[in-house]
Amino acid sequence: MTMTRTSVFGTILLYSTLGLLAVLFLMPAYMAVVTALKLPADISLPSAWELPPVFNWSSFADAAAMLRPNFVNSVILTITATIGSTVLGSLNGYVFSKWKFKGSEVVFTLFLFGMFIPYQVILIPLFQTLRAMNLYGGLPGLILAHIVYGLPITSLIFRNFYSQIPTALIESGRLDGAGFFSIYLRIVFPLSIPGFVVTSLWQFTQIWNEFLWGICLTRHADNPITVGLAQLAGGQAVSWNLPMAGSIMAAVPVLCIYIFLGRYFIRGLLAGSVKE
Amino acid sequence: MAHVELRKVVKRFGSVEVVHGIDLDIRDNEFLVLVGPSGCGKSTVLRMIAGLEPISGGEVFIGDRMVNHVSPKDRNVAMVFQNYALYPHMTVRYNMGFSLKMSGKSRDEIAAKVDEVAGILELGPYLDRKPSELSGGQRQRVAMGRAMVRKPDVFLFDEPLSNLDAQLRTQMRLELRKMHMRLMTTTIYVTHDQIEAMTLADRIVILKDGLIQQVGTPIEVFEKPANVFVARFIGNPPMNILKGTFKVIDGRRCVAAGKSVFPVPAGGDSLGDGDPVLIGIRPDAIKMGDRIEKLPKEWLCRGEVVVSEILGGHSHLEIVVDGENELLAEVEGRVVAHPGEIVPIGFEFDRMVLFDPETKEAIR
Repeated sequence: MTMTRTSVFGTILLYSTLGLLAVLFLMPAYMAVVTALKLPADISLPSAWELPPVFNWSSFADAAAMLRPNFVNSVILTITATIGSTVLGSLNGYVFSKWKFKGSEVVFTLFLFGMFIPYQVILIPLFQTLRAMNLYGGLPGLILAHIVYGLPITSLIFRNFYSQIPTALIESGRLDGAGFFSIYLRIVFPLSIPGFVVTSLWQFTQIWNEFLWGICLTRHADNPITVGLAQLAGGQAVSWNLPMAGSIMAAVPVLCIYIFLGRYFIRGLLAGSVKE
Repeated sequence: MAHVELRKVVKRFGSVEVVHGIDLDIRDNEFLVLVGPSGCGKSTVLRMIAGLEPISGGEVFIGDRMVNHVSPKDRNVAMVFQNYALYPHMTVRYNMGFSLKMSGKSRDEIAAKVDEVAGILELGPYLDRKPSELSGGQRQRVAMGRAMVRKPDVFLFDEPLSNLDAQLRTQMRLELRKMHMRLMTTTIYVTHDQIEAMTLADRIVILKDGLIQQVGTPIEVFEKPANVFVARFIGNPPMNILKGTFKVIDGRRCVAAGKSVFPVPAGGDSLGDGDPVLIGIRPDAIKMGDRIEKLPKEWLCRGEVVVSEILGGHSHLEIVVDGENELLAEVEGRVVAHPGEIVPIGFEFDRMVLFDPETKEAIR
């Protein structure tokens, strides 16, 4: 009896703590939603936590109109850079795990260093490099930067993913007459769909949410959505409903992707962690 | 169809040499089994023939062509891997037809060939299944089918039966043998299982630590092992090895082990009186019960039964002779002998093998 009572008490304690933390965690989101739905005149610090007196849905339409070019830029940037870094990372991972050569472990380790270099550190050299390549200011330069910067992590994920594929499959392919690329296309690629889902989810989120390079490496017309959002909030007298509505809309693509593909992400991250 | 020749083949991984200059001639259509304990280099040799492992020294010929620098796909060899290595995302049909597709054969040609081989291997009903939907034996058969559709010059098998249960292994062993009789293609088969080696091989190659110990037909390596290692490795239960001394008694050449004295039938001409030897006696060369009646009476001895195992058709008995030499005997029928019983035992001396105690090599 005592046991049951303690466990009931424990459950209550657990759930109330979890509930409290969830509320705490969702407060900024709540703030964003209520502010987005207020008229600019209704927004003030004292009433910040209150529900809007009148629902002002036009904030979303207005913010969408202002952010449309940035949104388009971000879609182009994120999709191309994600595809580029994922496909190249997959080829790298294929080589690092199945076509090891003398020194490939060293090259791979050097690749890994790339993951630990903060964006800020390489900002100026990157700026100069893109200038020298005549790619500064436009989307192609930013896309290239994201592809290259994404390679360490995508190569790592794919290398680990491919090391679970038995090497005998590759050898069997070699004996069957398939070469480097046909083994990749016909044997390895069809087996790596979960790897592609995980990697592209990761890259999509990273690139979509990135701000610093976006603002430093592109001209106004080519700014991604993160920069557009900052500009909405950056004027003299800010209508806070607009950046809030914009933020919510900017978060939608990433949210959707996680809702629809999230289970692959978890599965992919856990793949191989336990013996099946 | 091709013979395969290895000349002074060496394999090094970094600074470690694992195969030390192997010479081997594999005849056209021969079924050759490479056998040895794990780490002896047998799989490495096979992989060098396949082209999956670069050759560090020496030469490999397939047919009359030196293939050291020929890529695996151009050697026209087919390999069956231990874990089958079936492509998991392809159906049986595609798995079997993959190599033909890679060599640019037409769709009809591939279909015809796959159907033909599937018929031989009774895989027809499973052609549209994925490997994950097949049993172990069926996967094994698909792996063989994949090798067969190509009509290769050489079949390479890397422990193909070791993932199967005992019953299926026996059945597949027979099928492999029948397949070889039907196709008559040069086959090189790697295993650590000496029973597979004995039952499948035309000739057996016994490897140890990257060196060939002996090459011969199953009966040769069984009856005339080249050294103590082969004697103990081939045959189950393994050969009994006793310490003894060479003696000439009344002009007869004998070996003595403890109080027992056995005649030396032939060979051993280099031995002199008092030389130490190792005496090898196969468990099935030991006779008991009514089987000893045919043997000369003067050479019989007495042994005490320590343990007896009845296996159905035959029995294994552990016997101590003269209170010091332990022997394992494999006797036909159900010889009922109780532990502690003293029984007369005889030997087929012409099957006795003598070894040098220093070099462990057979004395011929």
